[in-house]
Amino acid sequence: MTSYAAYTTGEPVADTKAPAGPINERWDKRRFEAKLVNPANRRKQTVIVVGTGLAGGSAGATLAEQGYRVVQFCYQDSPRRAHSIAAQGGINAAKNYRNDGDSVHRLFYDTVKGGDFRSRESNVHRLAQISVEIIDQCVAQGVPFAREYGGLLDTRSFGGVQVSRTFYARGQTGQQLLLGAYQALSRQVAAGNIELHPRTEMLDLIVVDGRARGIVARDLITGKIDTYFADAVVLASGGYGNVFYLSTNAMNSNATAVWRAHRRGAYFANPCFTQIHPTCIPRTGDHQSKLTLMSESLRNDGRIWVPRAKGDTRPPNEIPEDERDYYLERIYPSFGNLVPRDIASRAAKNVCDEGRGVGPGGQGVYLDFADAIKRMGRKAVEAKYGNLFDMYQRITDEDPYQVPMRIYPAVHYTMGGLWVDYDLQTTVPGLFAIGEANFSDHGANRLGASALMQGLADGYFVLPATINDYLARHPRQEPVTDDHPVVQEVLAETEDRLNLLLSVDGDRTPDSFHRELGELMWELCGMARTEAGLRKALERIPQIREEFWRRIKVPGAGEEFNQSLEKANRIVDYLELAELMCLDALHRAESCGGHFREESQTPDGEAARKDDEFGYAAAWEFTGTGEAPVLHKEDLVFEYVHPTQRSYA
Amino acid sequence: MARTVWDSTVGKKTVMAVSGLIMLLYLVAHMIGNLKIFFGPGEFNHYAHWLRTVGEPFMHYEWTLWLIRVVLVAAVVAHAVCAYQLSRRDIKARPNKYVHKRPRASYATRTMRWGGIILGLFIVWHLLDLTTGTVHSGGFQPGHPYQNVVDTFSTWYGDVIYIVAMLALGLHIRHGFWSAAQTLGVGSRARDRALKTVADVLALLLTAGFIAVPVGVMTGVVS
Amino acid sequence: MKLTLRVWRQKNAGADGAMSTYQVDDISPDMSFLEMLDVLNEQLILAGEDPVAFDHDCREGICGACSLVINGDAHGPERTTTCQLHMRSFQDGDTIDIEPWRAAAFPVVKDLVVDRSAFDRIIQAGGYITAPTGSAPEAHATPVPKPDADFAFEHAECIGCGACVAACPNGAAMLFTSAKVNHLGVLPQGAPERETRVLDMVAQMDEEGFGGCTLAGECATACPKGIPLVSITSMNKEWLRATRKAAKR
Repeated sequence: MTSYAAYTTGEPVADTKAPAGPINERWDKRRFEAKLVNPANRRKQTVIVVGTGLAGGSAGATLAEQGYRVVQFCYQDSPRRAHSIAAQGGINAAKNYRNDGDSVHRLFYDTVKGGDFRSRESNVHRLAQISVEIIDQCVAQGVPFAREYGGLLDTRSFGGVQVSRTFYARGQTGQQLLLGAYQALSRQVAAGNIELHPRTEMLDLIVVDGRARGIVARDLITGKIDTYFADAVVLASGGYGNVFYLSTNAMNSNATAVWRAHRRGAYFANPCFTQIHPTCIPRTGDHQSKLTLMSESLRNDGRIWVPRAKGDTRPPNEIPEDERDYYLERIYPSFGNLVPRDIASRAAKNVCDEGRGVGPGGQGVYLDFADAIKRMGRKAVEAKYGNLFDMYQRITDEDPYQVPMRIYPAVHYTMGGLWVDYDLQTTVPGLFAIGEANFSDHGANRLGASALMQGLADGYFVLPATINDYLARHPRQEPVTDDHPVVQEVLAETEDRLNLLLSVDGDRTPDSFHRELGELMWELCGMARTEAGLRKALERIPQIREEFWRRIKVPGAGEEFNQSLEKANRIVDYLELAELMCLDALHRAESCGGHFREESQTPDGEAARKDDEFGYAAAWEFTGTGEAPVLHKEDLVFEYVHPTQRSYA
Repeated sequence: MARTVWDSTVGKKTVMAVSGLIMLLYLVAHMIGNLKIFFGPGEFNHYAHWLRTVGEPFMHYEWTLWLIRVVLVAAVVAHAVCAYQLSRRDIKARPNKYVHKRPRASYATRTMRWGGIILGLFIVWHLLDLTTGTVHSGGFQPGHPYQNVVDTFSTWYGDVIYIVAMLALGLHIRHGFWSAAQTLGVGSRARDRALKTVADVLALLLTAGFIAVPVGVMTGVVS
Repeated sequence: MKLTLRVWRQKNAGADGAMSTYQVDDISPDMSFLEMLDVLNEQLILAGEDPVAFDHDCREGICGACSLVINGDAHGPERTTTCQLHMRSFQDGDTIDIEPWRAAAFPVVKDLVVDRSAFDRIIQAGGYITAPTGSAPEAHATPVPKPDADFAFEHAECIGCGACVAACPNGAAMLFTSAKVNHLGVLPQGAPERETRVLDMVAQMDEEGFGGCTLAGECATACPKGIPLVSITSMNKEWLRATRKAAKR
């Protein structure tokens, strides 16, 4: 066994920012206690924001509106292309417009329960409180949410809940919300309050005297590596699902910003908590470069089934009703097809493992709309899901109005991320992480339509309130320049890394390594994990890493537009992060949410949590590449929602 | 406002739309007048004379005609200047062509520019031929338009120039009318069919109406 | 499938470009067009050549990054984005021409990658509603008639890919600009800035060096999101209305 697995346990880590007292008063209390920066002084303080998705876009716009000088980065050619744009289903908010018994407390409760009791109550409650303001804000910005004939907002229900609290804009909610944030951002760019750097990728964090003071970034067009300094740095760079190579993430979404921050001292929490989304289009072959999600909202009207018999190769329409197994409806009668994502995914895996999967390689289950079409009529189904059906047909060349869709789980979201306190500050003072980049609100499993909610809550409302406190406490920091030895060192390390990648001149492409790592992770650290498998992965990853540095081939030069270099550099970080994910999964010898350890299940195959042993968030401290990290536990206290075995039956 | 309009591509298109519609209105009247040629020299020449006396006694002899001419010249100039400026801009906006070529848009759309140039040249010839008589074949007789028209269309080149120009006019109007409606913002999904039909009918009627004259001369109906 | 690809290669913005020819074998009809290019690039890297640079990200047709002119068509023969175009739309043995977006306002960065920041500047000129965070009234305070909400959505679907500009014989950005003008203009929340928005955005569009509209309709045919040509008509109407109103003030 590698020495990496011999991690040590350090001092516990605690969130010191959330005030005590009744949970529904904590956010108000924190906002009141937080120090403020005089509006006249805000101009003098610079905040770097990395990423322009829902969290970064909304944070950048809001901080600039407040008067801070914002310097913002995205690797895309335009902030409007951040991957939040691909979110389909919707955004939750406890508006209770349906009068169906929803409330802030219920959204809070559902989220804590949905996260399988591995999230922090204070954060989640704040999220639920803020959810209602988000909808107001987005409507004011002109987000064209779906409306009813009376002109009021429409909502729908989503997996894991029994109320209808999801606001949506056809199947393109993420797009519309992101464009809202992008437009707010654009307004600030035009006003000169934001200095925007598109096609610029953060490659490292600059920490001076223990505080985050800037970043090193590469201009992707010229290849020039530059430094940018600020009074605080905000990472809104998204999740790390691309470690798995095949995921629903955008091709260029990457973990470099968070991983480099981790290497510079920010703890990384719950890296093994990854969400496998149940309704993705199955892969068609080895050429597959990414997976496409079909919105979970499809589960509202579609029925999931597989043949009762193993190896039944008849076309779906020829399989009679009594030879079909609507397994979610059978196992979970009260939630049926609307069980949370982790449960739906694992159930799909189970039936496929039994040999009852459908489609090429038996890696798929049917999502059938025949009943919905019969009940609502084709027109209504078309109005509700038309764009998703079109997308499915385009990719698979099958008509879902005639033949049931085939779906299979795929990596979709990472609940883990940089450890942050209630203020969303990491363990590096002055470094904040928002949106999917942090670990804060979803515990071990995220409910549908909650990622958009969290991204916007963090960016529009939470961070702009809490970052004031930090900036007010550090009003006049020493200016940092390129001559500073720390800056010199970080710059040199970055340049060396890229030069090394260019100089190996081996015989394998970056993609070949990425694919190899992804397959390993999917197999051993995917939907179901075992101790033996994880140990094997921990053995393999350093070997792949070693091979990578021996055989990688990156054509071209550093000081030019070089997409292979970008890719290879991201893989360097995946190869380290993957190791931590496996170690975290290995150490957490329980099943919870998206993390399923085969050794820890109930007799009927459900995830068995071990609250006494693992009722904490695992925050890891970096000690060196391949070196055993240090585990810091944050004990999770549940005062309002008492942990129970989740039941959706 | 004039500045805003003139400085903007959308504004210049508006100028083109309005001037185009003015010319179109004129053409409708012109075509109806032309058709009088089928009722003999008396009626045609009388009509031509009337054009000079419209508005009397309030207007002096030929004042109304000159007023119309001024408006038309202004429309032609505005239309042409905008077309020239916009075309230059358009060409500059697409400096590199695609290596892989394929036919694009409809015939009428693509021929707007060439059609416009043909029509511009035609107007010059037409005025020199039948208004001033400078390039008229056989002795131009002021005050005897019927004979002048017959003379022009008795030459092969007169017929060719005229008919080619009128076909270009038809195509120009077909896209131009619909396009003007879009530029002026009166198009809509519901109205699109109707607008396209009106454009087609206008183009057809005007082309047919104008071409009827040389055809009449060629076939001897008018002589 | 075996294919012959003729690809535009251009080292950088300042360099001259030319079409280069490549062969790819073993292409599955289930591959997306970009996956086919991935195969080509893997070949090129192993052969020690510079892989073909192209923009892409979400690969599910929504981010608007991908931007190829395939056999003379922006995004290729189907009405979709390049990333959602599959090789089953082609025949074994085909020769496929791949070029970048062509427009003066979209200069080539490298190979098939172009600079579309002009679009961002058009949005910056006025493609927003001024609603600073925290200032919003309750969402149900202003009902929006469903037809207006649907109209807004239909235009808000624009992904800013630039296919409209690439397809336009004049390199015009009217469809892109009109989509945003119409999206925000029809909503009650967008009403206060309705006039300045359209005037400023059109002025910026002209400033960027896009061509004028001759209503050729190529933009709407190429648009992967089906933004209709009549969107331009609506913007023209808005522009005239705004110009008249501005004159009165």
